[in-house]
Amino acid sequence: MALIEITNLKKHYSSGEDVVEALRGVDISINEGEFITIMGQSGSGKSTLLSVLGGMNHPTTGEVEMAGIKLYQLPGERLADFRAQKLGFVFQSFHLIPYLTSIENVMLPLAIVKMSSKDKKIAAGKALERVGLGNKKDRLPNQLSGGEQERVAIARAMVNNPEILLADEPTGNLDSKTSEEVMSLFRELNDSGQTVVMVTHNPENGRYADRTITLRDGMVV
Amino acid sequence: MKLHTISLNNLKRRKAKMAFLTIGLMVGISTIVTLVTLTRSMSSDIERKMDEFGANILVTPLSNGLAMNYGGISLGGVTFDQREILEEDLAKIKSIKNHQNVSAIAPKVLGGLKIGNHDVLLVGVNFEDELRMKQWWKLFGDAPKNANELLLGSEASKVLNVSSGDSITIKGESFKVAGVLDQTGSQDDSLVFASLKQAQRLLGKEGKITLAEVAALCSGCPIGDMVTQIAEVLPDAKVSAIQQVVEGRLKTLDQFKRFSYAMAAVVVFIGSLIVFVTMMGSVNERTTEIGVFRAIGFRKSHIMRIILLEAALVSLLAGFLGYAAGMGGAKLALPFMAESKTALIVWDSTVALGSIGLALVLGLLASLYPALHASRMDPTEALRAL
Repeated sequence: MALIEITNLKKHYSSGEDVVEALRGVDISINEGEFITIMGQSGSGKSTLLSVLGGMNHPTTGEVEMAGIKLYQLPGERLADFRAQKLGFVFQSFHLIPYLTSIENVMLPLAIVKMSSKDKKIAAGKALERVGLGNKKDRLPNQLSGGEQERVAIARAMVNNPEILLADEPTGNLDSKTSEEVMSLFRELNDSGQTVVMVTHNPENGRYADRTITLRDGMVV
Repeated sequence: MKLHTISLNNLKRRKAKMAFLTIGLMVGISTIVTLVTLTRSMSSDIERKMDEFGANILVTPLSNGLAMNYGGISLGGVTFDQREILEEDLAKIKSIKNHQNVSAIAPKVLGGLKIGNHDVLLVGVNFEDELRMKQWWKLFGDAPKNANELLLGSEASKVLNVSSGDSITIKGESFKVAGVLDQTGSQDDSLVFASLKQAQRLLGKEGKITLAEVAALCSGCPIGDMVTQIAEVLPDAKVSAIQQVVEGRLKTLDQFKRFSYAMAAVVVFIGSLIVFVTMMGSVNERTTEIGVFRAIGFRKSHIMRIILLEAALVSLLAGFLGYAAGMGGAKLALPFMAESKTALIVWDSTVALGSIGLALVLGLLASLYPALHASRMDPTEALRAL
């Protein structure tokens, strides 16, 4: 059974009298443990698709089912709880909190989890070890290179053992060598069973994935 | 890592902004503390002075005649049907309902007699009460301590040509002038004061008094009620209140109090506005950060808790500092504002707790909308990258 099932997904944005159709009937099925890259030109709807998948953008019509749960039928703040428990996010510009150290940034998703401070530190420490930054736990983001910041962002996304890892252009701000290191890291995570859905415009990244979905004008091609 | 870790770390990072926020609220709180403390201290000072100095109830014998004086010029000898009050009746004043508001009763007996060739008005008083009520009296010499000692007004001293330490003879008895009053500008200047018992004996009015001054001035003393109560227990006496001066002073203080509170309200409003604008700016600056929090699963209530906790911490600090600065300001300003140089600051734990509580409430209220605004941010809009 598919871990993620997207059915006839449409997303329209209204701007005055104009209506922009960002997604025009998308159907995608993603299995557990798959590494998917979503590619497409700017404006193709890939970022909109990722935000809908992330439970942060209600679709105009259509259904998103994840781990057996119909995402947009969850009431109130249950959607936030779903994100906290099932999803991990890696953002294009890292979006680390500048006043928190590496380990504190990684612990961020655990701030709302009932767990002892000691266990939170252990979990965050392990996540940082996994991305190769065990020796830079107490560094602030501005004391890290771009690649290291991206690794911290990946560790943060992984710390609560999410079922699905969503990444938005994770190599967009990195040089080619660092990009390869980061993509290898995603591959390693996937090899250990992690489902990864990554939006990217770099065709090179596609070779790390099991499958590439291409979007054009809001539709899968 | 808990939610408060985020709040604390953010406060540490944005030191300048948080200092501005703290100062903004602190100025408001310190203004209130200064004004409230000043007003209370001044009220307390006036009350103390009034308790010390003022007789504001006058008990005189009931007379069928009208007062025969005009503009301070007394037409002596025309008052008729004069009754007197029995000294023992004065004890009844202590049995009235508001007896706790009576701070002093000063009985007096008055009568004319001759000293040498001069007609003088002898006043019998309890020197202890009289000196306590008339603290503006300045004495040359000592206060009378024995029954055969007298106190003379400055004019009386000149006319009789005696000064402190001299002796004078009244009805064949020798009396020592223990002290002479410095000029007061009142009727006291021309009087001869003796102890009550001695004067009653010399005037042949044993056990009787001519008038009694009652000091009952304090904030909230029901003077009108007390006059009625004293009149009830002393039916042969005329009891009247001297309230004009007191009321004038209290009215001025009341006006100052109102002005202070109005000014404090304006300052507090401005302080709250500073908190609101700063917190709103801070929230807008942290749009991305809040977007990240929402994306990783923070509920709206978590975001509100982070923002409100920051506001609460800053407000508490502003409350503490505002109280300290306010009390300091009041201490500096009091000597210039109070009636007397010896006025004391009123330390009140209610003001301390109230100022900290007020800072907290204001800070939280002013931050409520920014916190709500932050919690309602659309995470996709906030992150933009997604």
